[in-house]
Amino acid sequence: MKPTRLLIALLVLVCAAVFVTACGGDDDDESSAPQAESTAASSGKIQRNDANSKVQLTIGSKNFTEQKVLGEIYAQGLEAAGYKVNKDLNLGDEKTALAAVKSDEISAYPEYTGTALLSFFGKKADQLPKDPQAAYEEAKAGFAEDGLVAFPPTPFTSSNEVAVLQQTADELGLKTISDLKGKSQDLTLYGSPECRQRLDCLLGLQQVYGLKFKKFVPVDIAQRHEVLTSGRADVSIVFTTDPQIQREKEVLLEDDQGMFPPYNSTLVMKQETADEAGADLQKTVEMLQEQLTDENMQELNARVDLDKKDPAVVAEEYLTETGLIGG
Amino acid sequence: MDSGGGRMSTTLAFLGDFGDAFDYIFNSRESQAGGARVGGTELLPLLWTHLKVTALAMAIAIAISLPIGLALGHTGRGAFAAISISNTGRAVPSVALIAFFVAFFPSTPEFWNVTVALALLAIPPILTNAYVGVRQVSRDAVDAARGMGMSGTQIVRSVEFPLALPLIFGGIRTSTVNVIATATIAPLVGVLTLGDPIISGSVHGRAGQIGASIVVAALAIAAEVILAAVQRAVTPTGIKLERGGAVGSPSRLGTLKRRIQTAP
Repeated sequence: MKPTRLLIALLVLVCAAVFVTACGGDDDDESSAPQAESTAASSGKIQRNDANSKVQLTIGSKNFTEQKVLGEIYAQGLEAAGYKVNKDLNLGDEKTALAAVKSDEISAYPEYTGTALLSFFGKKADQLPKDPQAAYEEAKAGFAEDGLVAFPPTPFTSSNEVAVLQQTADELGLKTISDLKGKSQDLTLYGSPECRQRLDCLLGLQQVYGLKFKKFVPVDIAQRHEVLTSGRADVSIVFTTDPQIQREKEVLLEDDQGMFPPYNSTLVMKQETADEAGADLQKTVEMLQEQLTDENMQELNARVDLDKKDPAVVAEEYLTETGLIGG
Repeated sequence: MDSGGGRMSTTLAFLGDFGDAFDYIFNSRESQAGGARVGGTELLPLLWTHLKVTALAMAIAIAISLPIGLALGHTGRGAFAAISISNTGRAVPSVALIAFFVAFFPSTPEFWNVTVALALLAIPPILTNAYVGVRQVSRDAVDAARGMGMSGTQIVRSVEFPLALPLIFGGIRTSTVNVIATATIAPLVGVLTLGDPIISGSVHGRAGQIGASIVVAALAIAAEVILAAVQRAVTPTGIKLERGGAVGSPSRLGTLKRRIQTAP
């Protein structure tokens, strides 16, 4: 059942893509690439250290686009630093991935701080820290108890967001979620079925912001952008790094009351593996992550999901465009 | 409300999951992760939408397939094509059909997309049964009517249609049960029917999934029983006598097949 719907959705996307490229011509290409390119050369080039070649690392990831891209970026970046790198980029959910690290099946994989706290360390949703650094420190302390090290987190977060179309934002003068006050009773909100009981979703909008919407419609999560573009939804709950946000002229409303817990990504590894790999490892990871902003991650996801490129190719593009490898 | 729920579940504890499911049906409770109320009276809006979607889909399906079925049966022409087409339609999975409508008519309200998709699923049984119902009307009766000077429309209205009614209702019965069951997938596209607790297990819990399934099953059985009674009521006395009173018997499908074979 699901594959069929997916297929149709993909077909529609492909048709739309063909249509857009056919009409868009030159400016389209320019508008999609520069995000990553404009940030070029700020992080310097990864230095190769031949001493690292005796260290063998296996980079893993969970089973969705963003994770695969991240996995590729770490793998290719660490390879450039001289490490011997293998990849195992389709490990299922966070529990599977963590078990793989603990059993030495993989050396490392990227995990989101919020996910780690909720899923591994028994945090309740309403106890999640709002500050990204605090969330990282907590997750790091949790991992440390298991003999794992969590490297400093990425600039981007991968949490829920409140999205409207640019047009709606202009008409109603919306910049922050608080701006919805007094307007939300005329707006229809779409979200996942779970949204009804999540603090970083409908529940938070009601309790933290005191918003009442005209209607809340739960739909399958795959439709979160389609409902906006088709005009059925005025407001939709999306993810920060969704590729459609830039391409479909959506605006993410700023979470001015701090309702969304941080979901920055951190590379998780056994302490002993990290020690063995030496100082170059953390330095390389930090260099690789420096340009992984919300916008860049959206663009990288877009190249995979919408442009149908291979995650490995997209990761290489990121490394080249940011000057981390190559000329 | 919560204490009531607690009492209920202890009384029904011996039923295990099913006891909890019945508790879910009769008492509202906190959703799985808290923050929303589910079950009990919260099911009423879902039930209402479910009935609304079903009724509208059936109305549309009947309005389309009945005239076509009667006309095809009366003239005996184009039946093969029409019935093949509508039967091919039956092979398309319902989820795909709903997804198709939502994908191609994205700005139509979901409610109508779902209703039309369900109506399409309801058409084949009604169409086929209406056609077969008319074809099985004794040629002698039709010839007699024609001999009395009745026009084609009159024959359809006063002879063929009444005599075909039991089979037509059989078709409507099958379709209604189909539609009630299939309407459970509507929440996938945002129409909150009784399928919501089944699909959103993380909100309603296991009790919700089983509970809603029980309600949907009860609904389908109720529709079946009521329509069977209606079917019996509309069966002309002549046919009842001819069949020795066993109307609406399980052999309905069997008769149907036999009639198709002898029709041409």
